[in-house]
Amino acid sequence: MPVTGWGWRQWCLIAPPFLWLFIFFLLPLGVVAAISLTQAADTIPPYTPLFTHGPDGLQAQASFANYRLLARSDVRAYGNSLGFAALATALCLLVGYPIAFAIARAPKAWRNPLLFFVILPFWTSLLIRVYAWITILQPTGLLNRALEDLGLINQPLLLIYNGFSVVLGLVYAYLPFMILPLYGSLSQLDESLLEAAADLGARPARVFREIVLPLSLPGVAAGALLVFIPAIGEFVIPDLLGGPGTLMVGKVLWQEFFDNVDWPEAAAVAMVLVVLLTAPLLLAQRLAERAT
Amino acid sequence: MPLLDIRTVSKNFGAVTAVDGVSLSVGEGELFALLGPSGCGKTTLLRLIAGFERPDAGRILIDGNDVTEAPPYRRPVNMMFQSYALFPHLDVAGNIAFGLKQEGMERRRRAARVAEMLALVQMADYARRRPHELSGGQKQRVALARALAKMPKLLLLDEPLAALDRKLREETRLELIGIQERVGTSFVFVTHDQEEALGMASRIAVMERGRVAQLGSAAEIYERPNSRFVADFVGAVNLFDGVAAGSALKAPAFDTPIPLPELADLPEGTAAALAVRPEKLRLSRARPDGIAIAATVASVNYQGGISIVHAATPSGRMLKAQMASTAAAAFERGAPVWAGWDPADAVALSR
Repeated sequence: MPVTGWGWRQWCLIAPPFLWLFIFFLLPLGVVAAISLTQAADTIPPYTPLFTHGPDGLQAQASFANYRLLARSDVRAYGNSLGFAALATALCLLVGYPIAFAIARAPKAWRNPLLFFVILPFWTSLLIRVYAWITILQPTGLLNRALEDLGLINQPLLLIYNGFSVVLGLVYAYLPFMILPLYGSLSQLDESLLEAAADLGARPARVFREIVLPLSLPGVAAGALLVFIPAIGEFVIPDLLGGPGTLMVGKVLWQEFFDNVDWPEAAAVAMVLVVLLTAPLLLAQRLAERAT
Repeated sequence: MPLLDIRTVSKNFGAVTAVDGVSLSVGEGELFALLGPSGCGKTTLLRLIAGFERPDAGRILIDGNDVTEAPPYRRPVNMMFQSYALFPHLDVAGNIAFGLKQEGMERRRRAARVAEMLALVQMADYARRRPHELSGGQKQRVALARALAKMPKLLLLDEPLAALDRKLREETRLELIGIQERVGTSFVFVTHDQEEALGMASRIAVMERGRVAQLGSAAEIYERPNSRFVADFVGAVNLFDGVAAGSALKAPAFDTPIPLPELADLPEGTAAALAVRPEKLRLSRARPDGIAIAATVASVNYQGGISIVHAATPSGRMLKAQMASTAAAAFERGAPVWAGWDPADAVALSR
């Protein structure tokens, strides 16, 4: 029996996760990639086959027409998605950091209840919570009504169906995903490091800038990824809170797939999104490697 | 004017009084130890001096200035933490330079000071290492260099040697003394290890339940403890409990009361005790003149140059005598012996 190296036991141990990834991730991704190279057709399934039997045997019918079309017509949707997701990530960081910091520095007995409040919104479906924002933001909604009653405005403010409401919705929905990893890294911060910095003459602002912030960067990177990646592909929030000016990739995908029944174009949109998302992932990995 | 002047300082945590009306002062160039068992308030006192805690009562003066309410970053003291608290994202040089950067020292002077500090703790070759790449002893040196870099008037050390293994601890103890002499900074260090306090400090404050039980030189504390607690905590001791009877101690361990002039002022029957250090307890085969307690050798514990001989009295008390191993060879287990001491070596304790 070999003492070292890979025996059948080791393979058995790692096989299930690899099998899972292969069947439910790699294989479907390959199928989507293949469909993105075909053309829409009035068949079932609604696209031309990628390979045909011709007189010369098996022939590939791959075409990049879907990608060319995408580059002409959907660039703005990608730009919107990237822009809104980036803005929402930045705002989540800005709002989430003080919250995470406060929870991490709170008395031990308070921390879990406070974290519970951060997670509490998940007990209601996102869809319902986004609908609730409509009743708050719409021209006859709670917020406008309150402002009018207070005499602060004469005309309702345009708070919904624009970029503002989309970013607000994204920040609202994804804030917990920023707070939790930030809390994770901030709560591990050794209190004596902060004391040592103060002891060496650092005022609180410099303790934060030179000790707390650099040591929480892994949490910042994790939180930013957890917000940015799902926010880019977000469909529900821009669909319910957005307007004609806030078209995002998720919506384009929906339209191509369900309204236009153009699976190949939808597949191409999805493939480009996957490629776009690997960039921030690689960046985050680089950051994490440098931190350790 | 003392460098550090602590005036009736108290600190409570909820219902627990950690420091209870402590007054003491430390002069320039002193190597001062706060010694006591865990929970005696020594670390809290150190943190009060550093400014991490605010006292509930009393004042703290450093160099004549009242710093009682000053935040840590405004105090002319630096601290070496028990965990060292090195900044993990900065290299050794960055850690040492941190305090200098805070006071806005110009880059070139800062580099020179860092080099000087690295040389002081013999870590010049490690300037670019990160803390996680250092051994425990190396981290300790960096922590010391960082705390000394700003040339504080007073350096606070929280259990400076506790995290090191025994051999390294003894080497480092001597190094610390050497560095203290070279830089001339006053050191106040906290320790629970009486050997460390006796071996390093010029003066020691023994603390018990938030109070200073005794303050004095190492020799005073060891030779003339003022209470049962100090006698028992600092070093090994043979303690005989009894009651004052005139200027003598009446104790079940003795056939006749032992004369102790120090007890003359105590009313008859007051609880008192007599302490004899193991190296002052004399064992002999022949009955000695004066104090003589019959006992039987229970064990001989060889410790290299010296040995500890345990002898049991008929009442079951265990006496401890320390002597050169060559002398201990004369005592075999089970042999009858007489224990005695020079009256001048016994310490009367009324508390």
